[in-house]
Amino acid sequence: MQSYFLVILHGSLLTVGVSLLALLVSILFGLAGAAAKLSGRPILVGLATFYSTIIRGIPDLVLMLLVFYGGTIGINTLLEKLGSEATIDIEPFAAGVITIGFIYGAYMTETFRGAIMSIPKGQMEAAWAFGMSRSQTFLRITLPQMVRYALPGFTNNWLVLIKATALVSLIGLQEMTYLAKQASSATRSPFVFFLFTGALFLVYTSISLFVLKKVNARYSLGTKRGTL
Amino acid sequence: MEWAVIFEPDNVALFGNGIIITLWLLVSSLAAGAVMALIFALLLTGPWAPLRWLVGTYTFVIRGTPLLIQVYLIYYGLAQLEWIQLRWNDVWPWTYFKEPFFCALLAFSLNTAGYTAEMLAGAIRETSAGEIEAAHAYGMSRLQTMLRVVLPSAIRRTLPAYSNEVVMMLHATSLASAVPNMLDVTSAASRIYATYYLPFEAYLAAAAIYLTASFCLIGLFRFTEGRLLAYLAPQKN
Repeated sequence: MQSYFLVILHGSLLTVGVSLLALLVSILFGLAGAAAKLSGRPILVGLATFYSTIIRGIPDLVLMLLVFYGGTIGINTLLEKLGSEATIDIEPFAAGVITIGFIYGAYMTETFRGAIMSIPKGQMEAAWAFGMSRSQTFLRITLPQMVRYALPGFTNNWLVLIKATALVSLIGLQEMTYLAKQASSATRSPFVFFLFTGALFLVYTSISLFVLKKVNARYSLGTKRGTL
Repeated sequence: MEWAVIFEPDNVALFGNGIIITLWLLVSSLAAGAVMALIFALLLTGPWAPLRWLVGTYTFVIRGTPLLIQVYLIYYGLAQLEWIQLRWNDVWPWTYFKEPFFCALLAFSLNTAGYTAEMLAGAIRETSAGEIEAAHAYGMSRLQTMLRVVLPSAIRRTLPAYSNEVVMMLHATSLASAVPNMLDVTSAASRIYATYYLPFEAYLAAAAIYLTASFCLIGLFRFTEGRLLAYLAPQKN
């Protein structure tokens, strides 16, 4: 019985790994999406709008099953057509990271777009006036300032993302939820194991909230708060 | 791509049935969740500290753990408790725990109640002090102020956030497929995938169904907001 708790605790490392990598992927997709939406070029705007609208209208689970089962067949059919003998299996880990990253990238797109638009236009104009290039302006002026505006939405997305990692258990990744289910069918006492896993998720979300609060305080330094 | 398979009468019927089950799950869990949320929100903003703390803990736990765990806890976990096992064959409310549909419904309702209660409590707290003072000035009691002034406006102001929650719940119903013997849209797609080995067609069809449903819900809420929140819209010249 006790060893099952240890196994689940060990599985939590995988949950942390999947969520952090997926977060990284989603930030990349989100930045790309926000840049495309703000670029003003009709094709890019259209593509990014299509991405953020469609993805947010489909359940995470369906997309995950689509990528995991459909992706494997799709890649192997492609390889076969190219005349290759090799077959590739998509790992549940990779499928989870890519799908969750791709999905939450759509939510991040909206968060980042709103944050960039909240920065006063004069900031960027001043950077251009100083002769900075587009990428310099982004790295030196926009990025550090948008963190503050993006953080509330980012925190929400991150908390939802953490909870979405439980879904990866349904495509066979052996993270906490999967192990809890196995432990409960082996010992016939599901209640304690699911409660334990739930508690671990609570710990993870609480730590995240604490850290993000510190980050928020750091990036809000020197901003004036209006008082009524 | 073999789309013809999806449109075979049997499979269309499978998806049709799935749509009914998904929508039924959605509507009933939202209805039950809304009633609970109203009570919880009133307790959260009410004068009794222990109840405030209790409901606050409830929403913290519900919002901090994955819905999948909550579904498992109710479907597999409660069934393990002897107290329920003794009763679920013949004592009335407990017989429901044998049905997967009820277990999924219970988990979804408790979940959406947690999220909605916090939204509604937020709106109640944000009610402008002037409105409440005006109500008091007219001689309304606390209860009257709540029923006539605070709640009608707080519920309206919750609408935009609630529309997100409804779409989230629509997507959450896909987790019903994690419970055996449920045949919602996602389970229907999984069954077609398993029978014909056509993952793309099956899951894309399911995705299209969810997408359509999401857009319909968003449209519905836009319309409702336009009617009920017209007085909050920026003034047009």
